[in-house]
Amino acid sequence: MNREIENTDPLIALKEFTAARIAIGRVGTSIPIKQSLEFKLAHAHARDAVYSVLDIDGLINSLKLYNLPVLHLHSKALSRHKYLKRPDLGRQLNEEWIELLNDHNTGADVAIIVADGLSATAVNENAFHLLEILIPMLRKTGLTIAPLCLVEQGRVAIGDDIGGFLGAKLSVLLIGERPGLSAADSMGAYLTYAPKPGLTDESRNCISNIRPQGLMHKPAATKIFYLINEALKRKLTGIGLKDNAGLIQSDVVPNV
Amino acid sequence: MFQYTVRNIVYSFGDLKTLLAKASPYRTGDALAGVCADSYEERVAAQIALADVPLKTFLNEAIIPYEKDEITRLIIDSHDASAFNLISHLTVGGFRDWLLSDETDTTTLKSIEACVTPEMAAAVSKLMRNQDLIAVAKKCEVITKFRNTIGLKGHFSTRLQPNHPTDDPKGIAASIIDGLLYGSGDAVIGINPATDSPAAVQNLLMLIDAIREQFDIPTQSCVLSHVTTTLELINKGAPVDLCFQSIGGTEVTNSSFGINIALLNEAYEATLSLKRGTIGENVMYFETGQGSELSANGHHGVDQQTCEVRGYAIARKYKPLLVNTVVGFIGPEYLYDGKQIIRAALEDHFCGKLLGLPMGVDVCYTNHAEADQDDMDNLLTLLGVAGCNFIMGIPGSDDIMLNYQSTSFHDALYLRKVLGLRPAPEFEQWLIKQGIVDEVGTLTGANNTKLLNLIARM
Repeated sequence: MNREIENTDPLIALKEFTAARIAIGRVGTSIPIKQSLEFKLAHAHARDAVYSVLDIDGLINSLKLYNLPVLHLHSKALSRHKYLKRPDLGRQLNEEWIELLNDHNTGADVAIIVADGLSATAVNENAFHLLEILIPMLRKTGLTIAPLCLVEQGRVAIGDDIGGFLGAKLSVLLIGERPGLSAADSMGAYLTYAPKPGLTDESRNCISNIRPQGLMHKPAATKIFYLINEALKRKLTGIGLKDNAGLIQSDVVPNV
Repeated sequence: MFQYTVRNIVYSFGDLKTLLAKASPYRTGDALAGVCADSYEERVAAQIALADVPLKTFLNEAIIPYEKDEITRLIIDSHDASAFNLISHLTVGGFRDWLLSDETDTTTLKSIEACVTPEMAAAVSKLMRNQDLIAVAKKCEVITKFRNTIGLKGHFSTRLQPNHPTDDPKGIAASIIDGLLYGSGDAVIGINPATDSPAAVQNLLMLIDAIREQFDIPTQSCVLSHVTTTLELINKGAPVDLCFQSIGGTEVTNSSFGINIALLNEAYEATLSLKRGTIGENVMYFETGQGSELSANGHHGVDQQTCEVRGYAIARKYKPLLVNTVVGFIGPEYLYDGKQIIRAALEDHFCGKLLGLPMGVDVCYTNHAEADQDDMDNLLTLLGVAGCNFIMGIPGSDDIMLNYQSTSFHDALYLRKVLGLRPAPEFEQWLIKQGIVDEVGTLTGANNTKLLNLIARM
């Protein structure tokens, strides 16, 4: 045993640089029992996150301070089971809400949509903390914000539909990402210029892994703010819009 | 029109793509697309009807019109008619038996690579059990080279995948060191960047290149950025070994990825012109995965496995070093559970090998799929038996950037041990020279101080 990697300190010293499962040792060529069971527990947490629920009341309560209407919407996927097997339904807004959105068509600069995605936990824990930095930044520059939308059983493309119905110049969707083992609380932000139904990935920009141990709220908000301004100025999002600015690099706080 | 009658019920299939879809082993993606068989009986009826279809039919009936899709045009225009003489008399069912016969050996299979269309490969795979898919794939040998030799029989490689959620150089370096000390990384050291910004990608390229040069590692590096980013970086003189791109099997899908064949031609030529390979010129790295066509609304009513194999037609045009089907990444709406993931991986591996591609498989699952480590162990072992070229190597199976589970460094060591497989020869020599493994491939457990001290100097 003492010749095996498990007990060599130098490798364990590398752990300070990453949350990846490095230096976990070995028995023969296999993963030792302690690490094997830790992995199983993490998988259990992720499985539970998939079935977590958006905290609508909590979000409405926190978002009150911005004096914006907050709309509670639902996709066409009426249950989590349906949501998992039918992503097409999660991308579409249930028709009953379309009229409501049309009533709120204010032609604002930015529509902000918050959806559960595959981890409501991620959104419950990160969406407000990001918005409490981003919304003041947007307002300070004089950008107008559409009514805030909270969406249950939503997928990424639903942000384009909602942004379109609200008549916004650009949509920002905050959504729970597929939970991983070390992170069941990771949130993504998707930006679409001139949002409308039927757009695909190449029309969007994505900032992923927003959470306290990943891309932290402040740098994430700064990055989104930068991309919003660039997108509005250049009238596009997607692969034509890349975050070439030096500020992006320096604002990503390394996990060291 | 194709049909078959079972107990007085006439099952009719209007065209080839319908027949292929109905004959596909069940998976959620085809149900989501509304193209799968309505009953077990209809599925087998379709398979029986498909078995009688001559291979020649696939040259005459395009499942996506020639005028509408550049991949169809590529498939038809690049078909090797003279090589096809060997098998042109066969039906799909006859082709399955021919593939399995003892007379059809590695050399024979090599000779038909350019005349098997993706649709023929997909069709025959639908009539094959998992055992058949393994048995035929094992006979294929697809060898590629850049700084080492990948795909030799009896060898088995890994992509060291040291992803980090914020692309932190020290974090990535820590995972690279860990992986190298477990003998991982002979297929490529390949990072999925957290963002596609050219500046960030360039930093990562320089990081891996510096490590590779310092330790004189006979392997190649890749940062899996969009092809347009890679092109931009090549023009700026960044150290690009391999050009990466995700591809799909229809023009609409690739357009949703922001690519087309003309762009890939440009990227391929630009990467080749760098001449960074020391023993070979295979410079492309493609990733695929069943379901991306439906996901992009670009499937044209074609089943997801046939779409997948059409993507291989693009891959083979560029003589890639590596093709990786990321089989369980897309989620349960396409491949619901371990059973579907395992089946799809064996199909992809078989079809790719039949078309002459250096197939690797990302043996993986996400946390919203009905799958776990036991399923991955099964698939990993099956692929090792089938002669898969490479799998991923990720610390403890847990990719902390992409949020999914793939194979660990340990998994590759397990497979090499139970099946007697070895790394790429040049890389194996390097591992021995570094004192990481002994002559029979066992980890020595000795510290490699130079590697361990790498970060301290960063």
